[in-house]
Amino acid sequence: MACVNADGTITETARSLLKILESPLSAEEIAARLALPLFRVRSSLREMAEAGLILSQGDDFVISGEGRKKI
Amino acid sequence: MDNTTATQTPAGLPRIGSPAPQFEAPTTHGVLKLEDFKGSWLILFSHPADFTPVCTTEFIGFSEIHPKLREMNVELLGLSIDSVYSHIAWARNIEEKFGKKITFPIIADLNKDVAALYGMIMPGESKTETSRAVFVIDDKQIIRAIIYYPLSTGRNMDEILRLIQALQTADKHGVATPANWRPGDKVIVPPPRTQEMAEERMREKGIERADWYFSKKDLR
Repeated sequence: MACVNADGTITETARSLLKILESPLSAEEIAARLALPLFRVRSSLREMAEAGLILSQGDDFVISGEGRKKI
Repeated sequence: MDNTTATQTPAGLPRIGSPAPQFEAPTTHGVLKLEDFKGSWLILFSHPADFTPVCTTEFIGFSEIHPKLREMNVELLGLSIDSVYSHIAWARNIEEKFGKKITFPIIADLNKDVAALYGMIMPGESKTETSRAVFVIDDKQIIRAIIYYPLSTGRNMDEILRLIQALQTADKHGVATPANWRPGDKVIVPPPRTQEMAEERMREKGIERADWYFSKKDLR
């Protein structure tokens, strides 16, 4: 995985991303806030959703209980 | 009688004007899907192999134009039939030896899935390496231009930049661009499609007109 390691630890980018997801944000809003390319945000969100670290709410994403344990 | 028309295209390789074939692939930035790039233009390009000299010069070139491409809402995505570990090692080597950081993802297409989907392998030249293919994909994921170079010839970064600038200018202003066009040069006014339009074109002010079908103008 690009942002979630095999041992369950996460990258600095993933940590930054989780920290701003206390309130729901879209992929476009996250990319703008973190100054990251949109493709990279989309792939990271997909991985973190699969790992249960974030939840999707329509087009927005928010941190999960599991996600809070990582930051 | 065979009524086949030229509008029918054989199934298979991507064509200019067609939707870019979707894929999901391992890259140096994790697993990426083509749809992740929706909203940005994308240059999907292949190179023959990591740790080879011509490809190294091309990667240095791509890394140099990457900031300019980003300003134009264009992302880069490389590809070769090498592993992610090879790509990482090569990118680190380029940074160490040539001082250029590779900031774009590179597909590790070991099973040749994406290469086959996009027709990047030229079996007459090499069955195990991808040729130097370039697919320009727009923000709606339509293929807008295709370039192929052989193994022995490194691509011209200036031309790739010029091509993107020309395509985006054509889209924005509804014009075409002449041979050797550069940003700031006059553009081609699309030719009239009816006799009435042709007559109106002949009376039009503010354009450089050679004849009813051939006019240029400045973009302001």
